[in-house]
Amino acid sequence: MNPVTVNPPVATPFFFYGTAAVMIIGGILVITRKNAVHSALALITTLLAQAALYLMLYAPFVAGVQIILYAGGIMVLFLFVIMLISIERQEKERPFNKQWLVGIVAAAALGGLLIAVYTTTTKGAVLFPEGRVSYVESQNTQGIGALLFNQTTGMYMFAFEIASLLLLVAIIGAVVMAKKRI
Amino acid sequence: MDAMLHISTLHYLVLGAALFLLGVIGVLTRRNVVIVLMSIELILNAVNLNLVAFSRYWQGIHGPSALHGQVFAIFVITDAAAEAAVGLGILIAFFRNKETVNVDEVNLLKW
Repeated sequence: MNPVTVNPPVATPFFFYGTAAVMIIGGILVITRKNAVHSALALITTLLAQAALYLMLYAPFVAGVQIILYAGGIMVLFLFVIMLISIERQEKERPFNKQWLVGIVAAAALGGLLIAVYTTTTKGAVLFPEGRVSYVESQNTQGIGALLFNQTTGMYMFAFEIASLLLLVAIIGAVVMAKKRI
Repeated sequence: MDAMLHISTLHYLVLGAALFLLGVIGVLTRRNVVIVLMSIELILNAVNLNLVAFSRYWQGIHGPSALHGQVFAIFVITDAAAEAAVGLGILIAFFRNKETVNVDEVNLLKW
C-alpha cells in the first residue's frame, strides 16, 4: 500500500460516537422543543454533524453540498418561514397531537422491524458485513462529475436534467402558492 | 470489543435507523407543520447517511470510482430542497387563510 495515496482513518471510533451522539441529541431536540426556532437550530447542528460523518466516509463533495445546501440554504428558508408565521401563540399551545401514543407505538414497530433486519444472519453471516477499506480519496469530486456529466461513463445525465426540471417546477410552484395575487 | 472499536457499515445503518425513527415520531406526533417538515428533513438525512455508507462499502468492492451512492445522495438533497420550497409555500398560503400552523386544524376535507 502506498502511504501517500491511501489515507487511513485517524481515531475513527472516537469521532464516530461523538458525532453520532451529537446527531441523536439534536434529533431528539428537533422533535421535542416547543419553539420552532430552537428546533431549527437543533436540526442545523444535526446536519453539520452529519457532514462530519460524510467526511469520515470519504465523501468530501457530499459533505460540502450538505453544509452549503442543507445547513446553509434549506435551513435558512425554514428560519425565514418561522419568522413569517407567528411563534408567540405556538409557545402556549400543546406541542403534541392526540395520537402521540399511536405514533410512538408505530415508530417502535418500525424500529423492531429494522432491528430484525439488521440482526438477520444467513448462513452464519450478517446481512451487511463490515465495509472497512482504505482507498484513494483524491478523486471523489472528479468521480461524481464523471458519473453525472461524462459522455461514456455518465449514466446519470438524464436524471440530472430531470432534477433541474424538478427544481424549476418547485420554484414556480412555491412562488404561485406563496404569492397573494399573481 | 472489536465491534465497538471498528466502525463498519452497520454502525452507520444503525445511526441512520435511529434518526429515521426520530423523524417518524416527529411526523406522527407533532402539531406544528414547520416541525413536521423538519422531521421529514431528518428522515431524508437518515436515508442519505445510509446511501453514503453503502457507497463506501460498494467502493471497497468495486474500486474508488463506484460513487453511485453519493450521486444518489446528491439527488436526494436536490429533492429535499424542492420539497422544502413547495412545502413552505403551501404553509404560507395555509397560514394566510386560517391563521394557524397546526396540522390537526387542517380538516377541510374531513367528514
